Amino acid sequence: MHESIATVISALPYMLEGALVTIVVVLGAMLFGLALGVPLAVGQVYGGRVLKRLIGFYVWFFRGVPLLVLLFLFYFGFCNLVGLNLSAFAVAIIVLGLISSAYQSQIFRGAILSLPAGQFNAARALGMSDSRTILSIILPQALRLSIPGWSNEYSIVLKDSAVTFALGVAEIMARTHFVASRTYQHLPLYLAAGLIYLALTYFGIKGLRILEQKVRIHGYVR
Amino acid sequence: MCGNIPQKVGKMILSAENIKKSYGGREILKGISLSIAKGELKVLIGPSGAGKSTLLQCLNFLVMPDEGDVWLEGKKVNHAKKRDLYAFRQQVGMIFQDFNLFDHLSALENVKIGLVRVRGMDKKAATERAMAELERVGLSNHADHYPAQLSGGQKQRVSIARALAMDPKVMLLDEPTSALDPELIGEVLAVVRDLVANGMTMIMATHQIGFSRAMADEIIFMENGLIVEQGPPLKILSNADCERTREFCSRVTDLYGEAERA
Repeated sequence: MHESIATVISALPYMLEGALVTIVVVLGAMLFGLALGVPLAVGQVYGGRVLKRLIGFYVWFFRGVPLLVLLFLFYFGFCNLVGLNLSAFAVAIIVLGLISSAYQSQIFRGAILSLPAGQFNAARALGMSDSRTILSIILPQALRLSIPGWSNEYSIVLKDSAVTFALGVAEIMARTHFVASRTYQHLPLYLAAGLIYLALTYFGIKGLRILEQKVRIHGYVR
Repeated sequence: MCGNIPQKVGKMILSAENIKKSYGGREILKGISLSIAKGELKVLIGPSGAGKSTLLQCLNFLVMPDEGDVWLEGKKVNHAKKRDLYAFRQQVGMIFQDFNLFDHLSALENVKIGLVRVRGMDKKAATERAMAELERVGLSNHADHYPAQLSGGQKQRVSIARALAMDPKVMLLDEPTSALDPELIGEVLAVVRDLVANGMTMIMATHQIGFSRAMADEIIFMENGLIVEQGPPLKILSNADCERTREFCSRVTDLYGEAERA
Protein backbone atom coordinates (compact mmCIF):
# COMPACT_ATOMS: atom_id res chain seq x y z
CA MET A 1 0.00 0.00 0.00
CA HIS A 2 2.70 2.43 1.01
CA GLU A 3 4.69 1.49 -1.98
CA SER A 4 1.82 2.08 -4.41
CA ILE A 5 1.07 5.50 -2.94
CA ALA A 6 4.72 6.39 -3.07
CA THR A 7 4.90 5.32 -6.72
CA VAL A 8 1.89 7.40 -7.65
CA ILE A 9 3.22 10.43 -5.77
CA SER A 10 6.59 10.24 -7.40
CA ALA A 11 5.06 9.66 -10.84
CA LEU A 12 2.45 12.37 -10.45
CA PRO A 13 4.47 15.37 -11.72
CA TYR A 14 5.43 13.35 -14.77
CA MET A 15 1.81 12.34 -15.36
CA LEU A 16 0.52 15.87 -14.85
CA GLU A 17 2.92 17.08 -17.49
CA GLY A 18 1.13 14.58 -19.67
CA ALA A 19 -2.18 16.15 -18.63
CA LEU A 20 -0.85 19.42 -20.02
CA VAL A 21 -0.12 17.71 -23.33
CA THR A 22 -3.61 16.18 -23.29
CA ILE A 23 -5.16 19.61 -22.68
CA VAL A 24 -3.26 21.15 -25.58
CA VAL A 25 -4.20 18.28 -27.91
CA VAL A 26 -7.87 18.44 -26.91
CA LEU A 27 -8.13 22.24 -27.11
CA GLY A 28 -6.29 22.25 -30.43
CA ALA A 29 -8.56 19.55 -31.84
CA MET A 30 -11.72 21.24 -30.56
CA LEU A 31 -10.76 24.62 -32.02
CA PHE A 32 -9.69 23.05 -35.32
CA GLY A 33 -12.99 21.16 -35.32
CA LEU A 34 -14.87 24.39 -34.59
CA ALA A 35 -13.14 26.32 -37.37
CA LEU A 36 -13.94 23.54 -39.83
CA GLY A 37 -17.28 22.45 -38.37
CA VAL A 38 -19.01 25.84 -38.68
CA PRO A 39 -18.50 26.22 -42.44
CA LEU A 40 -19.36 22.54 -42.91
CA ALA A 41 -22.65 23.04 -41.08
CA VAL A 42 -23.47 26.24 -42.98
CA GLY A 43 -22.68 24.48 -46.25
CA GLN A 44 -24.83 21.53 -45.34
CA VAL A 45 -27.82 23.69 -44.43
CA TYR A 46 -27.62 26.43 -47.06
CA GLY A 47 -25.41 24.98 -49.79
CA GLY A 48 -26.38 23.53 -53.14
CA ARG A 49 -27.00 19.87 -53.80
CA VAL A 50 -23.43 18.99 -54.75
CA LEU A 51 -21.94 20.75 -51.74
CA LYS A 52 -24.43 19.08 -49.41
CA ARG A 53 -23.52 15.72 -50.84
CA LEU A 54 -19.78 16.34 -50.49
CA ILE A 55 -20.14 17.43 -46.89
CA GLY A 56 -22.39 14.46 -46.20
CA PHE A 57 -19.62 12.21 -47.50
CA TYR A 58 -17.00 13.94 -45.36
CA VAL A 59 -19.12 13.56 -42.22
CA TRP A 60 -19.92 9.94 -43.02
CA PHE A 61 -16.23 9.16 -43.52
CA PHE A 62 -14.89 10.77 -40.36
CA ARG A 63 -17.70 9.49 -38.19
CA GLY A 64 -17.47 6.02 -39.64
CA VAL A 65 -13.77 5.12 -39.50
CA PRO A 66 -12.31 4.31 -36.07
CA LEU A 67 -9.93 6.84 -34.56
CA LEU A 68 -7.05 4.39 -34.32
CA VAL A 69 -7.37 3.50 -38.00
CA LEU A 70 -7.38 7.17 -38.95
CA LEU A 71 -4.35 7.91 -36.77
CA PHE A 72 -2.30 5.12 -38.34
CA LEU A 73 -3.62 5.91 -41.81
CA PHE A 74 -2.57 9.52 -41.48
CA TYR A 75 0.66 9.13 -39.52
CA PHE A 76 2.19 6.05 -41.16
CA GLY A 77 0.33 6.11 -44.44
CA PHE A 78 -0.62 9.54 -45.69
CA CYS A 79 2.33 11.47 -44.23
CA ASN A 80 4.80 9.02 -45.73
CA LEU A 81 3.04 9.02 -49.07
CA VAL A 82 3.25 12.78 -49.58
CA GLY A 83 6.56 13.12 -47.71
CA LEU A 84 5.05 15.20 -44.95
CA ASN A 85 7.19 15.16 -41.81
CA LEU A 86 4.71 15.88 -39.06
CA SER A 87 5.20 15.09 -35.39
CA ALA A 88 2.89 12.61 -33.68
CA PHE A 89 1.64 15.54 -31.59
CA ALA A 90 0.59 17.51 -34.68
CA VAL A 91 -1.02 14.48 -36.30
CA ALA A 92 -2.98 13.83 -33.10
CA ILE A 93 -4.41 17.35 -33.18
CA ILE A 94 -5.19 17.20 -36.91
CA VAL A 95 -6.87 13.79 -36.87
CA LEU A 96 -8.85 14.43 -33.69
CA GLY A 97 -9.77 17.84 -35.15
CA LEU A 98 -10.96 16.37 -38.45
CA ILE A 99 -13.13 13.84 -36.64
CA SER A 100 -14.42 16.47 -34.23
CA SER A 101 -15.28 18.79 -37.14
CA ALA A 102 -17.56 16.08 -38.51
CA TYR A 103 -19.34 15.70 -35.18
CA GLN A 104 -19.37 19.44 -34.45
CA SER A 105 -20.83 20.20 -37.88
CA GLN A 106 -23.82 18.08 -36.92
CA ILE A 107 -24.19 19.89 -33.59
CA PHE A 108 -24.20 23.26 -35.40
CA ARG A 109 -26.47 21.98 -38.14
CA GLY A 110 -29.03 20.90 -35.57
CA ALA A 111 -28.77 24.27 -33.83
CA ILE A 112 -29.20 26.20 -37.10
CA LEU A 113 -32.23 24.12 -38.06
CA SER A 114 -33.80 24.65 -34.66
CA LEU A 115 -33.88 28.43 -35.15
CA PRO A 116 -37.22 29.84 -36.29
CA ALA A 117 -37.04 30.26 -40.08
CA GLY A 118 -38.76 33.63 -39.91
CA GLN A 119 -35.64 35.42 -38.71
CA PHE A 120 -33.89 34.68 -41.98
CA ASN A 121 -36.81 36.20 -43.87
CA ALA A 122 -36.83 39.22 -41.58
CA ALA A 123 -33.14 39.82 -42.25
CA ARG A 124 -33.65 39.40 -46.01
CA ALA A 125 -36.55 41.82 -45.86
CA LEU A 126 -34.15 44.43 -44.44
CA GLY A 127 -31.99 43.98 -47.54
CA MET A 128 -29.37 41.89 -45.79
CA SER A 129 -27.35 39.50 -47.95
CA ASP A 130 -27.54 35.80 -47.17
CA SER A 131 -23.93 35.61 -46.01
CA ARG A 132 -24.35 38.65 -43.75
CA THR A 133 -27.54 37.12 -42.32
CA ILE A 134 -25.72 33.89 -41.54
CA LEU A 135 -22.87 35.78 -39.84
CA SER A 136 -24.90 38.35 -37.92
CA ILE A 137 -28.19 36.62 -37.20
CA ILE A 138 -27.95 32.85 -37.56
CA LEU A 139 -24.51 31.92 -36.19
CA PRO A 140 -24.61 34.07 -33.02
CA GLN A 141 -27.75 32.21 -31.99
CA ALA A 142 -26.79 28.78 -33.31
CA LEU A 143 -23.42 28.83 -31.53
CA ARG A 144 -25.08 29.68 -28.23
CA LEU A 145 -27.47 26.77 -28.67
CA SER A 146 -24.51 24.51 -29.49
CA ILE A 147 -22.73 24.85 -26.15
CA PRO A 148 -24.52 21.94 -24.44
CA GLY A 149 -23.71 19.71 -27.41
CA TRP A 150 -20.20 21.06 -27.31
CA SER A 151 -19.61 19.91 -23.74
CA ASN A 152 -20.63 16.44 -24.83
CA GLU A 153 -18.18 16.64 -27.71
CA TYR A 154 -15.45 17.87 -25.34
CA SER A 155 -15.75 14.87 -23.05
CA ILE A 156 -15.60 12.53 -26.05
CA VAL A 157 -12.53 14.21 -27.60
CA LEU A 158 -10.84 14.20 -24.19
CA LYS A 159 -11.25 10.45 -23.85
CA ASP A 160 -10.37 9.85 -27.52
CA SER A 161 -7.10 11.70 -26.95
CA ALA A 162 -5.91 8.73 -24.86
CA VAL A 163 -5.79 6.68 -28.07
CA THR A 164 -3.08 8.95 -29.49
CA PHE A 165 -0.66 7.24 -27.13
CA ALA A 166 -0.47 4.62 -29.89
CA LEU A 167 1.49 7.17 -31.95
CA GLY A 168 3.71 7.93 -28.97
CA VAL A 169 2.23 11.30 -28.06
CA ALA A 170 3.47 11.96 -24.52
CA GLU A 171 0.03 12.52 -23.01
CA ILE A 172 -1.46 11.10 -19.80
CA MET A 173 -2.01 7.57 -21.05
CA ALA A 174 1.43 7.17 -22.66
CA ARG A 175 3.20 8.38 -19.54
CA THR A 176 1.12 6.22 -17.21
CA HIS A 177 1.79 3.21 -19.38
CA PHE A 178 5.50 3.99 -19.33
CA VAL A 179 5.69 4.26 -15.52
CA ALA A 180 3.45 1.23 -14.96
CA SER A 181 5.51 -1.02 -17.18
CA ARG A 182 8.61 -0.16 -15.14
CA THR A 183 7.17 -0.22 -11.61
CA TYR A 184 4.45 -2.88 -12.06
CA GLN A 185 2.08 -0.68 -10.02
CA HIS A 186 -0.67 -0.89 -12.66
CA LEU A 187 -3.68 -0.58 -10.39
CA PRO A 188 -2.83 2.65 -8.53
CA LEU A 189 -1.28 4.30 -11.57
CA TYR A 190 -4.19 3.69 -13.95
CA LEU A 191 -6.54 4.65 -11.15
CA ALA A 192 -4.67 7.95 -10.87
CA ALA A 193 -4.81 8.39 -14.66
CA GLY A 194 -8.57 7.80 -14.60
CA LEU A 195 -8.94 10.40 -11.86
CA ILE A 196 -7.00 12.95 -13.90
CA TYR A 197 -9.34 12.37 -16.86
CA LEU A 198 -12.36 12.69 -14.58
CA ALA A 199 -11.02 15.97 -13.20
CA LEU A 200 -10.38 17.31 -16.71
CA THR A 201 -13.90 16.34 -17.76
CA TYR A 202 -15.34 18.02 -14.69
CA PHE A 203 -13.51 21.31 -15.12
CA GLY A 204 -14.04 21.43 -18.89
CA ILE A 205 -17.77 20.91 -18.61
CA LYS A 206 -17.96 23.35 -15.72
CA GLY A 207 -16.15 25.92 -17.85
CA LEU A 208 -18.56 25.43 -20.71
CA ARG A 209 -21.51 25.70 -18.34
CA ILE A 210 -20.15 29.05 -17.14
CA LEU A 211 -19.69 30.16 -20.76
CA GLU A 212 -23.27 29.12 -21.50
CA GLN A 213 -24.55 31.26 -18.63
CA LYS A 214 -22.36 34.19 -19.65
CA VAL A 215 -23.60 34.38 -23.22
CA ARG A 216 -27.19 33.49 -22.39
CA ILE A 217 -29.81 35.59 -24.14
CA HIS A 218 -31.79 37.55 -21.56
CA GLY A 219 -35.23 36.22 -20.80
CA TYR A 220 -34.73 33.37 -23.22
CA VAL A 221 -36.08 30.05 -22.01
CA ARG A 222 -35.63 26.85 -23.90
CA MET B 1 -64.06 38.20 -61.59
CA CYS B 2 -66.06 41.37 -61.21
CA GLY B 3 -65.16 44.98 -60.54
CA ASN B 4 -61.48 44.58 -61.45
CA ILE B 5 -59.83 47.87 -62.31
CA PRO B 6 -56.93 47.91 -64.78
CA GLN B 7 -53.71 49.12 -63.20
CA LYS B 8 -51.27 51.78 -64.34
CA VAL B 9 -47.59 51.35 -63.55
CA GLY B 10 -46.65 54.99 -64.15
CA LYS B 11 -46.92 57.09 -60.99
CA MET B 12 -47.29 54.20 -58.64
CA ILE B 13 -44.87 53.55 -55.77
CA LEU B 14 -45.19 49.81 -56.14
CA SER B 15 -46.82 47.78 -58.89
CA ALA B 16 -47.04 44.11 -59.56
CA GLU B 17 -48.20 42.46 -62.77
CA ASN B 18 -49.50 39.00 -63.27
CA ILE B 19 -47.81 37.43 -60.24
CA LYS B 20 -48.08 33.64 -60.36
CA LYS B 21 -46.81 31.11 -57.88
CA SER B 22 -47.28 27.37 -57.55
CA TYR B 23 -46.12 24.97 -54.90
CA GLY B 24 -45.86 21.35 -55.93
CA GLY B 25 -48.37 21.68 -58.74
CA ARG B 26 -50.85 23.65 -56.63
CA GLU B 27 -51.40 27.15 -57.91
CA ILE B 28 -51.40 29.57 -54.97
CA LEU B 29 -51.35 32.78 -57.00
CA LYS B 30 -53.03 32.64 -60.41
CA GLY B 31 -51.94 35.97 -61.82
CA ILE B 32 -52.32 38.91 -59.48
CA SER B 33 -51.84 42.52 -60.52
CA LEU B 34 -52.02 45.45 -58.17
CA SER B 35 -50.44 48.81 -57.63
CA ILE B 36 -50.34 51.40 -54.92
CA ALA B 37 -49.81 55.15 -55.07
CA LYS B 38 -47.95 57.27 -52.55
CA GLY B 39 -49.63 57.56 -49.17
CA GLU B 40 -52.24 54.92 -49.87
CA LEU B 41 -53.25 52.09 -47.58
CA LYS B 42 -54.56 49.05 -49.38
CA VAL B 43 -55.95 46.21 -47.36
CA LEU B 44 -55.96 42.59 -48.51
CA ILE B 45 -58.77 40.49 -47.15
CA GLY B 46 -59.84 36.98 -47.90
CA PRO B 47 -60.09 33.55 -46.34
CA SER B 48 -56.92 31.81 -45.21
CA GLY B 49 -55.35 30.01 -48.12
CA ALA B 50 -56.41 32.79 -50.47
CA GLY B 51 -52.75 33.61 -51.11
CA LYS B 52 -52.52 36.96 -49.29
CA SER B 53 -49.37 36.05 -47.45
CA THR B 54 -47.73 34.49 -50.49
CA LEU B 55 -48.60 37.57 -52.52
CA LEU B 56 -46.98 39.91 -49.98
CA GLN B 57 -43.88 37.72 -49.88
CA CYS B 58 -43.73 37.68 -53.68
CA LEU B 59 -43.83 41.47 -53.71
CA ASN B 60 -40.39 41.66 -52.08
CA PHE B 61 -39.20 38.31 -53.43
CA LEU B 62 -38.98 36.50 -50.12
CA VAL B 63 -40.90 34.02 -52.21
CA MET B 64 -39.77 34.00 -55.84
CA PRO B 65 -42.79 34.30 -58.13
CA ASP B 66 -42.89 31.85 -61.03
CA GLU B 67 -44.13 34.60 -63.31
CA GLY B 68 -44.79 38.30 -63.16
CA ASP B 69 -42.91 41.51 -62.50
CA VAL B 70 -42.69 44.10 -59.78
CA TRP B 71 -42.02 47.80 -60.30
CA LEU B 72 -40.78 50.22 -57.68
CA GLU B 73 -41.44 53.85 -58.63
CA GLY B 74 -41.80 52.87 -62.26
CA LYS B 75 -38.57 50.88 -62.38
CA LYS B 76 -38.78 47.17 -62.96
CA VAL B 77 -37.05 45.18 -60.24
CA ASN B 78 -34.35 42.90 -61.58
CA HIS B 79 -34.54 40.31 -58.83
CA ALA B 80 -32.11 37.95 -60.53
CA LYS B 81 -29.32 40.40 -59.75
CA LYS B 82 -28.45 40.12 -56.06
CA ARG B 83 -27.31 43.70 -55.66
CA ASP B 84 -30.54 45.05 -57.17
CA LEU B 85 -32.62 42.67 -55.12
CA TYR B 86 -30.98 43.70 -51.83
CA ALA B 87 -31.28 47.40 -52.73
CA PHE B 88 -34.97 46.90 -53.57
CA ARG B 89 -35.72 45.08 -50.32
CA GLN B 90 -34.15 47.91 -48.30
CA GLN B 91 -36.86 50.18 -49.68
CA VAL B 92 -39.70 47.82 -48.89
CA GLY B 93 -40.43 47.33 -45.19
CA MET B 94 -41.99 44.07 -44.16
CA ILE B 95 -43.95 43.27 -41.02
CA PHE B 96 -44.65 39.63 -40.23
CA GLN B 97 -47.47 37.96 -38.38
CA ASP B 98 -45.07 36.39 -35.89
CA PHE B 99 -42.76 39.43 -35.57
CA ASN B 100 -39.52 37.61 -36.40
CA LEU B 101 -37.37 39.74 -34.15
CA PHE B 102 -33.76 38.67 -33.80
CA ASP B 103 -33.82 36.86 -30.46
CA HIS B 104 -30.20 37.49 -29.53
CA LEU B 105 -30.45 41.26 -29.94
CA SER B 106 -32.08 43.84 -27.69
CA ALA B 107 -34.92 45.97 -29.02
CA LEU B 108 -32.44 48.74 -29.80
CA GLU B 109 -30.02 46.37 -31.54
CA ASN B 110 -32.87 44.86 -33.55
CA VAL B 111 -33.65 48.29 -34.96
CA LYS B 112 -29.98 49.21 -35.33
CA ILE B 113 -28.67 46.15 -37.12
CA GLY B 114 -30.13 47.03 -40.52
CA LEU B 115 -28.71 50.53 -40.28
CA VAL B 116 -25.23 49.31 -39.37
CA ARG B 117 -24.99 46.09 -41.36
CA VAL B 118 -27.02 46.97 -44.44
CA ARG B 119 -26.79 50.74 -44.78
CA GLY B 120 -23.31 50.98 -43.31
CA MET B 121 -24.23 53.79 -40.95
CA ASP B 122 -21.75 54.46 -38.14
CA LYS B 123 -22.74 53.07 -34.77
CA LYS B 124 -23.43 56.33 -33.00
CA ALA B 125 -25.71 57.73 -35.69
CA ALA B 126 -27.45 54.35 -35.94
CA THR B 127 -28.09 54.30 -32.19
CA GLU B 128 -29.64 57.76 -32.35
CA ARG B 129 -31.81 56.83 -35.29
CA ALA B 130 -32.88 53.55 -33.71
CA MET B 131 -33.81 55.31 -30.47
CA ALA B 132 -35.89 57.80 -32.44
CA GLU B 133 -37.77 54.96 -34.14
CA LEU B 134 -38.37 53.20 -30.81
CA GLU B 135 -39.64 56.51 -29.44
CA ARG B 136 -42.03 56.73 -32.39
CA VAL B 137 -43.61 53.38 -31.51
CA GLY B 138 -43.63 54.27 -27.81
CA LEU B 139 -40.90 51.87 -26.72
CA SER B 140 -37.86 54.03 -25.99
CA ASN B 141 -37.99 52.87 -22.37
CA HIS B 142 -37.74 49.25 -23.53
CA ALA B 143 -34.62 49.70 -25.64
CA ASP B 144 -32.50 47.27 -23.57
CA HIS B 145 -35.17 44.59 -23.41
CA TYR B 146 -34.67 41.40 -25.36
CA PRO B 147 -37.50 39.95 -27.46
CA ALA B 148 -38.17 37.25 -24.86
CA GLN B 149 -38.80 40.02 -22.33
CA LEU B 150 -41.39 41.81 -24.46
CA SER B 151 -45.11 41.22 -24.93
CA GLY B 152 -46.44 40.32 -28.37
CA GLY B 153 -47.67 43.84 -28.97
CA GLN B 154 -44.32 45.30 -27.96
CA LYS B 155 -42.48 42.86 -30.20
CA GLN B 156 -44.61 43.87 -33.16
CA ARG B 157 -43.98 47.54 -32.45
CA VAL B 158 -40.21 46.87 -32.33
CA SER B 159 -40.49 45.11 -35.67
CA ILE B 160 -42.30 48.13 -37.09
CA ALA B 161 -39.54 50.39 -35.75
CA ARG B 162 -36.97 48.08 -37.32
CA ALA B 163 -38.67 48.41 -40.72
CA LEU B 164 -39.15 52.18 -40.38
CA ALA B 165 -35.48 52.75 -39.60
CA MET B 166 -34.64 51.72 -43.17
CA ASP B 167 -36.77 54.60 -44.57
CA PRO B 168 -38.95 52.30 -46.67
CA LYS B 169 -40.92 53.73 -49.58
CA VAL B 170 -43.66 51.20 -49.01
CA MET B 171 -44.47 48.76 -46.25
CA LEU B 172 -46.01 45.30 -46.50
CA LEU B 173 -47.84 44.14 -43.40
CA ASP B 174 -48.73 40.47 -43.23
CA GLU B 175 -51.51 40.12 -40.67
CA PRO B 176 -49.60 42.15 -38.09
CA THR B 177 -52.15 41.58 -35.33
CA SER B 178 -53.18 37.98 -35.96
CA ALA B 179 -50.76 36.47 -33.43
CA LEU B 180 -51.70 38.92 -30.69
CA ASP B 181 -53.95 38.62 -27.68
CA PRO B 182 -57.06 40.75 -28.20
CA GLU B 183 -56.04 43.37 -25.67
CA LEU B 184 -52.70 43.93 -27.45
CA ILE B 185 -54.14 44.44 -30.92
CA GLY B 186 -55.05 48.05 -30.20
CA GLU B 187 -51.51 49.23 -29.49
CA VAL B 188 -50.23 47.85 -32.80
CA LEU B 189 -53.16 49.25 -34.78
CA ALA B 190 -52.53 52.62 -33.15
CA VAL B 191 -48.98 52.59 -34.52
CA VAL B 192 -50.24 51.65 -37.99
CA ARG B 193 -52.85 54.42 -37.79
CA ASP B 194 -50.02 56.80 -36.98
CA LEU B 195 -48.15 55.64 -40.07
CA VAL B 196 -51.22 56.28 -42.22
CA ALA B 197 -51.50 59.76 -40.76
CA ASN B 198 -47.84 60.38 -41.64
CA GLY B 199 -48.43 59.36 -45.25
CA MET B 200 -46.71 55.96 -45.27
CA THR B 201 -47.62 53.82 -48.28
CA MET B 202 -48.79 50.40 -47.13
CA ILE B 203 -50.27 47.13 -48.26
CA MET B 204 -51.70 45.19 -45.35
CA ALA B 205 -53.28 41.79 -45.07
CA THR B 206 -55.62 41.74 -42.10
CA HIS B 207 -58.90 40.51 -40.69
CA GLN B 208 -59.42 43.78 -38.78
CA ILE B 209 -62.47 44.87 -40.73
CA GLY B 210 -63.33 47.84 -38.51
CA PHE B 211 -59.81 49.21 -38.88
CA SER B 212 -59.90 48.68 -42.63
CA ARG B 213 -63.23 50.42 -42.99
CA ALA B 214 -61.89 53.46 -41.18
CA MET B 215 -58.37 53.65 -42.59
CA ALA B 216 -58.07 51.91 -45.97
CA ASP B 217 -58.19 53.70 -49.31
CA GLU B 218 -59.06 50.46 -50.96
CA ILE B 219 -59.93 46.94 -49.94
CA ILE B 220 -58.87 44.04 -52.13
CA PHE B 221 -60.76 40.80 -51.69
CA MET B 222 -58.78 37.72 -52.65
CA GLU B 223 -59.78 34.11 -52.92
CA ASN B 224 -58.14 31.03 -54.43
CA GLY B 225 -55.14 32.98 -55.68
CA LEU B 226 -57.15 35.62 -57.52
CA ILE B 227 -58.41 39.12 -56.82
CA VAL B 228 -62.17 38.75 -56.73
CA GLU B 229 -63.02 42.38 -56.25
CA GLN B 230 -61.45 45.62 -55.15
CA GLY B 231 -62.75 49.05 -54.29
CA PRO B 232 -63.37 51.61 -51.55
CA PRO B 233 -64.07 50.06 -48.12
CA LEU B 234 -67.69 51.16 -47.95
CA LYS B 235 -68.49 49.57 -51.27
CA ILE B 236 -66.64 46.31 -50.63
CA LEU B 237 -67.89 45.90 -47.09
CA SER B 238 -71.50 46.80 -47.54
CA ASN B 239 -72.35 46.89 -51.22
CA ALA B 240 -70.00 44.55 -53.08
CA ASP B 241 -70.70 43.50 -56.64
CA CYS B 242 -69.76 39.88 -56.11
CA GLU B 243 -71.90 37.56 -54.08
CA ARG B 244 -68.80 35.83 -52.70
CA THR B 245 -67.35 39.14 -51.43
CA ARG B 246 -70.59 40.03 -49.67
CA GLU B 247 -70.74 36.62 -48.05
CA PHE B 248 -67.14 36.81 -46.77
CA CYS B 249 -67.47 40.39 -45.55
CA SER B 250 -70.61 39.78 -43.61
CA ARG B 251 -69.00 36.79 -41.93
CA VAL B 252 -65.79 38.57 -40.87
CA THR B 253 -67.71 41.64 -39.83
CA ASP B 254 -69.71 39.47 -37.47
CA LEU B 255 -66.51 37.94 -36.13
CA TYR B 256 -64.08 40.81 -35.94
CA GLY B 257 -66.15 43.89 -36.67
CA GLU B 258 -67.48 44.72 -33.25
CA ALA B 259 -64.32 44.49 -31.17
CA GLU B 260 -62.25 47.18 -32.82
CA ARG B 261 -64.86 49.78 -33.45
CA ALA B 262 -63.95 50.96 -29.96
